[in-house]
Amino acid sequence: MGTAPNKAATAAKSQQQGFVYLPLIAGWLVPGAGHFLLRKWGRGALLAISIIAMFALGLAMDGKLYSGAQDILELLGMVGDLGNGLMFFVSRTIGLGGDPVQFTTADYGTKFIVVAGLLNVIAAVDAHNLRTGRKS
Amino acid sequence: MLRPSHFAAVLLFGLFASVVFGITQRETPQKMIRYGLYCFVLFAGSAIVLSWVMFLIAR
Repeated sequence: MGTAPNKAATAAKSQQQGFVYLPLIAGWLVPGAGHFLLRKWGRGALLAISIIAMFALGLAMDGKLYSGAQDILELLGMVGDLGNGLMFFVSRTIGLGGDPVQFTTADYGTKFIVVAGLLNVIAAVDAHNLRTGRKS
Repeated sequence: MLRPSHFAAVLLFGLFASVVFGITQRETPQKMIRYGLYCFVLFAGSAIVLSWVMFLIAR
């Protein structure tokens, strides 16, 4: 049971915090955006460059964008791809991504795209940790 | 279509992954740089060592 000053302090704290998941969601949708929201410009820029470059190189290598989940491996690849947020949805919409793998480098490209998605999830969680104060 | 060599692909992969690992896994800029370099050396070094191991096995 809280006293009036305690309730006021809690309310003020939650108001100050706002929507704590915003950097997480923004960081997932656009690489680095979570850090930009928190005014971590340098970190955000480096994360954005790394993740976007990895995704773009994957596409340039004719990597495949997973479109369905016919088996467990496809499903896992799809989960990794979804980590890319808007980049994945936009690329799917405009028909980017190669056909089923025909070259060794195309297989590398597919892995680049999946790993870019996984790295983007790590970056988004990092932005969330910065927002909640778990990390400085 | 871009077709890098296997080693170039490893270096690109290691570079981008190391940047993200360095920034997300450490708190201060100095520690981020050191950890990023450490990860990159491990990526590139392990690729070179494993390549030599496979070469020697195949002989």
